[in-house]
Amino acid sequence: MIVIDLFLMLLVAYAVGFLYYGLYRNITARFQRRFGPPVWQSFIDSVKFFFKEESTSHGWMFYLGPIIMMSGAIMTLFFIPFFSSGDSFSGLSAYGNLFLVLYLLVLGPLGNALGVGTAGNPFGVMGVTRGLTRLFAMELPFYIAVIAIMSLSGSADIATIASGQTTFNAFAYPLLFIGALFSFIGMMGQAPFDVVGAPVEVYSGPASEFSGKFLALLMSQSAIFTFAKLVLMVHLFLGGASGFLELLLKTFVLFILVISFGSLYGRFKTPQSVDFLLKVPTTIAVVGLILATWS
Amino acid sequence: MEHNGFLQEQKTLEGDLNSDTSHKSSVDFLMNWFRKRSIFVLAYGTGCGAIEMPPTFTSRYDAERLGIRGAATPRQADVIIVSGYCSYKTLRRIIRTYEQMSNPKYLLALGSCTVNGGMYWDSYNTIKKLEDYLPVDMYVNGCMPRPESILEGFIALQKEIGEGKASSWQKYEENYEFYRKNQEAVLGEKVEPSYDADWYLYDGGL
Repeated sequence: MIVIDLFLMLLVAYAVGFLYYGLYRNITARFQRRFGPPVWQSFIDSVKFFFKEESTSHGWMFYLGPIIMMSGAIMTLFFIPFFSSGDSFSGLSAYGNLFLVLYLLVLGPLGNALGVGTAGNPFGVMGVTRGLTRLFAMELPFYIAVIAIMSLSGSADIATIASGQTTFNAFAYPLLFIGALFSFIGMMGQAPFDVVGAPVEVYSGPASEFSGKFLALLMSQSAIFTFAKLVLMVHLFLGGASGFLELLLKTFVLFILVISFGSLYGRFKTPQSVDFLLKVPTTIAVVGLILATWS
Repeated sequence: MEHNGFLQEQKTLEGDLNSDTSHKSSVDFLMNWFRKRSIFVLAYGTGCGAIEMPPTFTSRYDAERLGIRGAATPRQADVIIVSGYCSYKTLRRIIRTYEQMSNPKYLLALGSCTVNGGMYWDSYNTIKKLEDYLPVDMYVNGCMPRPESILEGFIALQKEIGEGKASSWQKYEENYEFYRKNQEAVLGEKVEPSYDADWYLYDGGL
């Protein structure tokens, strides 16, 4: 039975992830006062890349990069339950808690970094270096906020944290939420922290040497991973969800909030983004932590 | 109500795309449908026509509504645009870029210069017929073609892809000797550009 459950989770994440990506492109287009592509454009793009021939070869580690990234995304998804109560769509969350998920969040990018490194494409390596530099600063406010939430609710189990909120954590501890949100914008690859795949600077960064099926794999994992991260954020700060409608509504509101930031702001340089993340959100999160433990 | 004209235009453009019926099997049909609906363009500015591409891809003409968008690297691109006259030096780079792209790939040629040399017909350092050196899928004529014409060229290309007729990459593989001979005739034995530190000794300088 659990196999069917996992398969359905994957299917939902794939479909909703691509739907959100399509909406992202369409909404960004409306921000720029143009018509924009249809909602299923990202899905069409990824399927098209599955139909393309592979022409590059840089050894087996290069091919393993996207595969590790895909497995990282899928594992993260499986350890995050979709709903705050009940057994359906809970995946493997009974076997692992928030600590494991925090580890899994960086597994994919690190695996991909190895693959990109073997290709020797300078833009890919530059993208990876930027990503890892940013990661140090991005994790700090996020971890402070998440650990504070964990100790405040007295559990590391994601479903327990989600169901134990009488008022949403985002409103009960607004400073923690704001601190984590800054990191979350970076995790979603949105401006002003979109230094990794920065167009016109490092072209598409880590993805620049991948083509055909491996690029399609990268696009698919990004859709799945996006949904997994949104669900995690909803569980931690927005009270979780008891049904699909609530889940989709909450993740969509969070998603719109994040991509609005992306459409409105320009891009930081890598040192600037590290500087900003270490100063502003970290301070906000630490103050939030002190206030939360004080009362 | 004010958008009616625009939606009508979008409908006309897409109506042209959906009219093809000549496909071999349903798998072929599906593959070609996905290919024509998602086109990643390597916007490689090789000539003066490159100036017409930014308006085509940005808010004014918005090619993304037809599934056409820019690609960052040759590895990810489906279409390369040769945007105008082609000097020998540029031709080296175009050939290298074209060969880096993965199949299926298409080549769109902009402007009169790619057809017959155009105003550079008697120039000593430009090629006259692009067709002799690389296979061309679609020509967009004009000097220079406006973004509207480029969009129409793209739609014609999409239609050919949908029907499975755009197969220049196969033509290039089958007739490689012919193309290589022509390339060597103007570029010499070593067609690919060299990126060594001593480029100025072997590559004829900048």
